[in-house]
Amino acid sequence: MKILALFHTQAGGGLPKAALEVLTAAAALKEQTGGTLAVGIIGQGAAEAADNVAGCGAASFLTVSAAAVAQPRYATDTAAAAALIKESGADLVMAPGTARFARCLPGAAHRAGAQIDTHIVSVKAEGEKVRAQRWFYRQRILVSFSRTDRPWIILADAGVNAPWQGAAGTANSREAAVNFSDTDLRTSVIGTRSPAADAQTIKPDVPLLFVAGAGWTKKQKDGQFHIAEAGVLIQDFLLKATASLGSSKSLVDLQSEGQETLSFMTHMNQVGQTGSTPRHAKGLSTCCHGEEPHAVGWRFINERRAVNLDPNCGWAQGKADVVYVGDAFEVMAKVNAMLS
Amino acid sequence: MTDGFQIAVCGSLVPDPLQTLEPMATPQGPGLKNELMLPSVLDPWSAHALFEAANLAKQVAGSKVYLVSLGPKAKLQQLMMTVAQKVPFDLVAIDGSASGFTDAHEAAAALAEGIESIPGLEKKRLMVFGGCASASRDAGVTMQLICERLGISDFFAGVDEIQFKPDGSFEVLERIEGGQYQVSACQGAPAVLAWATGNLPEPPNNPQVGMVNMRGVMPALMKAKPAKVGTGGLAYDKAEVPAQKRDTRIVKDFSADQIAAEIVEWIKQ
Repeated sequence: MKILALFHTQAGGGLPKAALEVLTAAAALKEQTGGTLAVGIIGQGAAEAADNVAGCGAASFLTVSAAAVAQPRYATDTAAAAALIKESGADLVMAPGTARFARCLPGAAHRAGAQIDTHIVSVKAEGEKVRAQRWFYRQRILVSFSRTDRPWIILADAGVNAPWQGAAGTANSREAAVNFSDTDLRTSVIGTRSPAADAQTIKPDVPLLFVAGAGWTKKQKDGQFHIAEAGVLIQDFLLKATASLGSSKSLVDLQSEGQETLSFMTHMNQVGQTGSTPRHAKGLSTCCHGEEPHAVGWRFINERRAVNLDPNCGWAQGKADVVYVGDAFEVMAKVNAMLS
Repeated sequence: MTDGFQIAVCGSLVPDPLQTLEPMATPQGPGLKNELMLPSVLDPWSAHALFEAANLAKQVAGSKVYLVSLGPKAKLQQLMMTVAQKVPFDLVAIDGSASGFTDAHEAAAALAEGIESIPGLEKKRLMVFGGCASASRDAGVTMQLICERLGISDFFAGVDEIQFKPDGSFEVLERIEGGQYQVSACQGAPAVLAWATGNLPEPPNNPQVGMVNMRGVMPALMKAKPAKVGTGGLAYDKAEVPAQKRDTRIVKDFSADQIAAEIVEWIKQ
């Protein structure tokens, strides 16, 4: 079996962590199948990135580093990825499920006559038969499956494999020729837009996720709203505990409905059915009532604790490890004081 | 842009998120227990796409919204009773499975065919909207496959905002890693946009809009072409709901100080 580990470089150069995780899985699959491994890299600095993983056991290294793929743009990335898949003659393509590849590889699959599956959390081979696992219905049903059609592109979720570690060297990579048309260049990537550094609340690589629910914006026991105070408490905690911020749907919906709410909270923070399903070692939820759509967002949080006024809420029904029945305003003020 | 856009929104039904889902084996592969009886909603991310489409159509005179929906006819009819009251659209119904276990390639083929069947379709005016992933298959690949089938070169994923300029070009914000947006400028239609949540609230029900929509919905359902959407080349081994019940410790009688101390100790572990 011919396996292609397909990567892209990142803005600052080199390969993203998610790519190194996939390289671990691809190298393991090569051993399991007794097949061959090739590495394909798209983006600026692709040859240097290939040198950095030269010791991975790949028989060949292919790159596309033309100026057109300096931008993470659908049309050019799709053309480049399809070219590498075809040129490698791969049966199985393993790639990280980064935003860039999640955008373009389905299109590349179509052009290369390949099948594609995303959000893969496990890949194993028994001889030539490869089995993959992924969640359906937003992390509710775990499914094992295989495909007989080839090529088969597998996009692996981040965080499910250890990053590959090995020797750098000289990969002797070969640049693949790709013809980009004028139509491929109709879109220009202007750049990225991110909150100011002190307002950056989404931190995928930190151990702790802090989830705020709509309770923070409700009337408190004195009959008054304390939204500004809630904002200070939450931001103070995020800073002191180095936590990533998540939100329930109900809280971010308040903002789009024009109600006063936490100014730094956006739909980007939302976890759950229509939000993200982040991976963190620990999660602390406050003022959330944690029904099933919300619990979906916690699927990959290992240790879960909650501060909630209602001991009978959905979150207390076997979904969290510990539920503290208490006033989140009081508790988080104390927590912040202790973390100072 | 002076003629307005033809905005095709791909969106179908998924089980209401509040329902408990139980997988079961069927002759066609995995399915859901009592699938036809489960209450359905319009796929949440597709719903955001539909609301954004209606908003765009309102801003650009001469634009029209088409909801291209693949699902069992009877279930689509039920769904339209609520969705049709939200925003004005013409329905293009395709009669086929809406199961999450069907193959995205087959679903994309049926949807692309549905879009191409829109009377008077002009590609230079075409904007195709949809959700960035369904709440059923949750693969995030269908819109790209539709894009390729329609021969469109510009695709954007996880879109939260689009801003048009007078010359028909637009700027678009796509969600990327780390809570950031990628900002791109596109020369204009045609383009395919897979929406995240966008920035618009769900519109309130409007019975007048519902009445106008329903005049077209029933004939569209009658005309719905059957589509062969199955599991394709997928061979399923096992589908299960993993045990997730945790032995929750409920702490009722701690002071705020005690709770805080325990949380801090846990964070620092």
